[in-house]
Amino acid sequence: MIDNPTFAWPALLLLGAIHGINPAMGWLFAVSLGLQERSGGAVWRALGPLALGHAGAILSAVAAATLVGRVVPVGGLKWIVAGLLIALGLRHLFRHRHPARGGMRVGARDLTVWSFLMASAHGAGLMALPFFPTRSLGPATPSGGHADHAVAAAGVVPDWATGLLGSGLHTVGYLLVTGLFAWVVYEWVGLRLLRTAWLNLNVIWAGALILTGMLTLVL
Amino acid sequence: MQRMLPDPTFYPSPTLAKEATPETLAYVTLLTTGQNGKTDALGVIDTDSKSPDYGRLVGRIDFPQGGNELHHFGWNACSSHLCGYAPNPHTERRYLIVPGTHSSRIHILDTKPDPRSPKLIKVIEGEEVARKTGYAFPHTVHCGPDGIYLNALGAPNGDGPGGIFMLDHETFEVKGAWEKDRGPQNLSYDFWWHLGHDTMITSEWGTPNMVKDGVNPELLLAGKYGHAIHVWDLKSRKHVQRIELGEKEQMVLELRPAHDPRRAYGFVGVVLNLDDLSSSIFVWHMNETSAEWEAKKVITIPAEPADAEDLPPLLKGFGAVPPLVTDINLSLDDSTLYVSCWGTGELRQYDVSDPFEPKLSGSVKIGGIVNRTAHPSRPDRPLNGGPQMVEVSRDGKRVYLTNSLYSPWDAQFYPDGIRGWMVKLDASAPGGISLDPNFLVDFEEGLRPHQVRLQGGDASSDSFCYS
Repeated sequence: MIDNPTFAWPALLLLGAIHGINPAMGWLFAVSLGLQERSGGAVWRALGPLALGHAGAILSAVAAATLVGRVVPVGGLKWIVAGLLIALGLRHLFRHRHPARGGMRVGARDLTVWSFLMASAHGAGLMALPFFPTRSLGPATPSGGHADHAVAAAGVVPDWATGLLGSGLHTVGYLLVTGLFAWVVYEWVGLRLLRTAWLNLNVIWAGALILTGMLTLVL
Repeated sequence: MQRMLPDPTFYPSPTLAKEATPETLAYVTLLTTGQNGKTDALGVIDTDSKSPDYGRLVGRIDFPQGGNELHHFGWNACSSHLCGYAPNPHTERRYLIVPGTHSSRIHILDTKPDPRSPKLIKVIEGEEVARKTGYAFPHTVHCGPDGIYLNALGAPNGDGPGGIFMLDHETFEVKGAWEKDRGPQNLSYDFWWHLGHDTMITSEWGTPNMVKDGVNPELLLAGKYGHAIHVWDLKSRKHVQRIELGEKEQMVLELRPAHDPRRAYGFVGVVLNLDDLSSSIFVWHMNETSAEWEAKKVITIPAEPADAEDLPPLLKGFGAVPPLVTDINLSLDDSTLYVSCWGTGELRQYDVSDPFEPKLSGSVKIGGIVNRTAHPSRPDRPLNGGPQMVEVSRDGKRVYLTNSLYSPWDAQFYPDGIRGWMVKLDASAPGGISLDPNFLVDFEEGLRPHQVRLQGGDASSDSFCYS
């Protein structure tokens, strides 16, 4: 719901990087797999599937919004996204729940599914949604006259190409930070850091969800 | 209530947990026997050696009822909350989950704001446990990465199967039975896991009907009590393998997997061998080449000859006192195993740096069916009961013991009536243990101590995802 791509693309990249900081989004899992196998290779191997799962979560939120956008009027979608963001934020604030389906003997597929579920449960896709540029949809074909085009042209719902590009950028930001954190903690910093530096991001995350929800309404 | 930084009692690895400061308080379940008008309780013991109340009961929370048969208990959350796949580190280690094995009631106690005076905040009735899980006679409590795990000895009618169920670690809501496929498993006693291998291990005692009235000699001699352990997939909740320990091995109790999540082995105690009344310790381990789990007996503790007149009726015919190994504990660095010989009145310390070649490194005698060894602080007073629940501090330097096992067994092996005590031992590196002469807690008549939990965690309260 941001109209300016020159702002939207860096914003999505940055948001991906911010998601990557959260230990619950995967870098810590990668570190623990590395320690379990006593191999830095295990850390690196985890990154691809983690990124894939995260990208999947963003894309599905975009796809859902696109589909809903076809039937719901512009103003309505804004309210739906904002309402969901604020509700999810409040829920995270009062009761932090996330799927705990995981383990230490995991293959690429398990990791992808885990990352997808974790990102989805934390509302990562929902949080990214308002940052997707909508002007880049381009002018709706003037002669089109289809209802969905009309909605798209109204500048709320990203089209598929924009959705893919935006999700990709977001995932690049996520992957860079996830990889950096995993590598630095695994190779240099060590586990002791977890005891003293692991700030409760749930509260900040919940705040970010609520704030994004509010901004969605204002922007 | 969520913290802004992780609970300071959570440690990523057992190695880091060894750095924890010494505990200043210990919690101990105190159970009443029969109808003496008393209710069960949780006792709070001062373990701060600099405190004027060191080695004394400084708090006691009476439960609404007696006769719950309090047994084991545990925390709502622990170091497993740091696990990378289910991070939840800002939950507090705060609530004690105290099940009653006979009543099936689960008591939730809040150790804040005053850790010396926990408050009972919730009681889950046995009827609710039965309705939601199909289980009764709850036993062991472990805090897992994704919630509180408990197990139960059997079904509400007192038969099998026993199994695992879960509580939500924030609301304490009872969730359903855990198993998706229990395979041939029927008997239950203890459970724990290898988080690094997504594997749960369970042991076998007997169904509630087989144990609630004490050891049944007919069932015992027929080899009907448990003699196997079970391996489960922690993720799929399915039975993977049954490991037979031998039909003569009766009552397979406490499980102590290596704390290091990379290590795929652990120790389990067997109470009685039918041939010679010995107790034993088995090691289970994953065979690296076949990926199958195996078990091997690594310690045998023989029965000691005794005069029939010194023995309770159940043992008179045997002319020997069995060691009755009924609890074991493994130090956080996986190097030292403590073995409680409740019958002979001895606590043994083994160097298990090589788990397949344990070396006896220390021994302390106290209590015992025949010996009744006194504590150094009261050499004139013979003690009954014997080393039973054994708990080790996180740094491995202090060991706590209580003397009551399970009231139906207490009555059979110590028919004169157990007088409850708790003692502390000092463990010195590289080996050796000795009783602390300043630490003998003498509980009032009719209150018997069982499991001990140390404030902030101990060697059987936490599990770890990082080695």
